[in-house]
Amino acid sequence: MEIKMKATRDGFGEGLVELGQKRDDIVVLSADLTESTRAAWFKEKFPERFFSMGVSEQDMMGTAAGLALSGKVAFACTFGAFAAGRAWDQVRISLAYMKTNVKIAGTHGGISVGEDGPTHQANEELALMRILPNMTVIIPCDALEAKKATIASASYAGPVYLRLGRSGVPVITKEEDVFQIGKSFLLKEGSDVTIIACGVEVYEALLAHEALKKENISARVINLHTVKPIDKDAIIKAAKETGAIVTAEEHTVVGGMGSAVAEVVIQNHPVPMEFVGVKDRFGESGDPKELFKLFGLTSEDIVKAVKKVISRK
Amino acid sequence: MCCPYNKRINMAKQPDIRELKNIAKEIRIEIVKMLSCAGSGHTGGSLSMVELLVGLYFYKFRCDPDEPFCNTRDIFILSKGHGCPALYAVLARMNFFNKDELCTLRKIGTRLQGHPQRGLPGIEISSGSLGQGLSIANGFALGARLNKDPKRIYCLMGDGELDEGQVWEAALTGAHYKLDNVCGIIDNNKFQIDGRVEDVKGLEPLKAKWQAFGWEVFEVDGHNVKEVVDAYDKAEKIKGKPSMILAHTVKGKGVSFFENKNKYHGVAPNKEELEKAVKELEMER
Repeated sequence: MEIKMKATRDGFGEGLVELGQKRDDIVVLSADLTESTRAAWFKEKFPERFFSMGVSEQDMMGTAAGLALSGKVAFACTFGAFAAGRAWDQVRISLAYMKTNVKIAGTHGGISVGEDGPTHQANEELALMRILPNMTVIIPCDALEAKKATIASASYAGPVYLRLGRSGVPVITKEEDVFQIGKSFLLKEGSDVTIIACGVEVYEALLAHEALKKENISARVINLHTVKPIDKDAIIKAAKETGAIVTAEEHTVVGGMGSAVAEVVIQNHPVPMEFVGVKDRFGESGDPKELFKLFGLTSEDIVKAVKKVISRK
Repeated sequence: MCCPYNKRINMAKQPDIRELKNIAKEIRIEIVKMLSCAGSGHTGGSLSMVELLVGLYFYKFRCDPDEPFCNTRDIFILSKGHGCPALYAVLARMNFFNKDELCTLRKIGTRLQGHPQRGLPGIEISSGSLGQGLSIANGFALGARLNKDPKRIYCLMGDGELDEGQVWEAALTGAHYKLDNVCGIIDNNKFQIDGRVEDVKGLEPLKAKWQAFGWEVFEVDGHNVKEVVDAYDKAEKIKGKPSMILAHTVKGKGVSFFENKNKYHGVAPNKEELEKAVKELEMER
C-alpha cells in the first residue's frame, strides 16, 4: 500500500485557511518565514488579518498578545527554534503568565529539518514549552492531525504551542479519527510493552509494532499528541497493563515527552522505561533519513529499546 | 452600560492644572506610605512617573472604573512594571478598587503583586520583565484598527528599559504599521539599577533615535503637568505615525533625600524616612 507523504506544516496551513474562512477573529503573524511556515496560505486569502513582523520573534509574541487581548485569536508563526528559544521570556510573560489567546506555530521542529543544521533544528521546544504554567503543548503526528490540532487550538482557551515539521511524513491518521486536546490516541493494542510516541515517531512506532509482532512481542502503541496537559489515565493504564514503557520522540530526551511520561509513571505505577530520542546533543546537517539513523530515531531503534525494557521487567 | 468615549470620568474639557498638581502630591504620599508598609519596592521610579500618570488618568484617559474591561476603553500599559506603586495609587484614587487594598502591596494573597498582574481592575497586562510592553501596545493598536475602534493606547517605559532590544523591534513595528493610536511615554529619570544610564550604557541622543525610527517625539519636563497634558493633547492629533513623549524626570521626585539617589531604586522608605518624606510632600505647594 502506498503511503501518502505530507508535512505537518502543510496541515497547519490548511487548518489556518479553514479557520480564516469560518472565523473573523483569527489573525496571523509571521516572523519573516511566511512561506516556510505556510502562514502564506492564510496571508493570500486574508491579507488584512495577516501581520508581517520581520525577523523579530520577541516583538511578534508581544504583538500577538496585544491582538489576543483585543479579542482576537492570534497565530504566531516561525521556526520552533526561534519561537520557543529566542522568544522564551516573551512566551513566559506575555503569553503563559497572562493566559493570552496566542497559538504558536513552531515549524521545522526536530532533526528532520535536515540540511540547515543544528541552529534550525529545534530539539528542545517541548521541554521549554511544557515547563511553563498555563501552556498547552501539541505535537501532531501527521498533516491531517496537524490540521485538526490547528482548528482545535483556536477554540481552546489560552496559549498553545504547536510543534510542526518541515519534511513530508506518512499520513497515518484517518479523517474520522477524533482529535481531542489532552486525550491520547490508542493506535494498537498490546500486552507486553507500550510504545508511547509523538510526532513523526508515531509512524516509526507503528513499524516497530509490526516488526515486534513477528517476534511474538505484543506492543501497544499510543499517539501522545498532547504533551501538556498530559493524558495521565492512558499512561497509568499502560504501565499497569503492559508493565513496561518505551517513549519515542524527535526531540531531546532531556525534559521532553519521555520525561513528561516518566513523571506520571514514577509517581503512579513505576515500571521500567526506555527513551528513544535525541540524546542530549545538538543536531547536525544531513539528509533527514540518514540523520534519523545517526540519531537513533528509527523503528529499529524502538525495537531495540523495547527488547531492553522487557528484559528489565 | 459603559461609554467612556462619551464621558470622561473625573475630567474636565480643560485640564485643571492646580487640581492635577494637588492630585500628584497626594499620589506621592500614597506611594511612600504603600512602599513603607510593604517594606520593599521601587521608590525612585515610582515617584518619577507620577505626573505622567496623573496627567493621563485625570485628564485624557477614557475608562470606566465600574467596568474596567469595557470594550470602548483606552488602554494603558505599564511596561516598566516596577513602577506599579504609582499606578496602584492612581487606580485606587479613581476607584478601580478600594484604597484600603493599597497596604496589601507585595503581601501574600494580594492582588497588588510586586509587579503588576492582570486581574487587578485597571491592570491591562502583567509586566515586570522589561521591554515587553510596547509590542503589546502595538498589538492592541492593530486589534483596535481591525475592530474599527477609536481607542488610544498608551505605554509607559523606563529609560533603563530601553536597553532591551525588543523595544526597538516594537519601535520598527509601530512605525511600519503607522500606529497613530499608540502613544509611548518614556520616564527618562536618567538612572537604572547599576547607576546613571549614560554610565551603564548610553542612550543619547534619545530623541533623535526615536525620530529616526519614525516616531513623532514630544520632549517635556515630566514634572510639569501643563507640559505633560499638552503633550497628550498634541499626540492625539498626530496622524500616520506613532507618538513618543520623552519626559525628563527626576528619580525619587518630591522627596529631597530620594531625589537622584539611586540607592532608592529598589528600596522602600523605613519608618523614619516615611515620616520625613510625608512631611516634605505635605509642605510642597
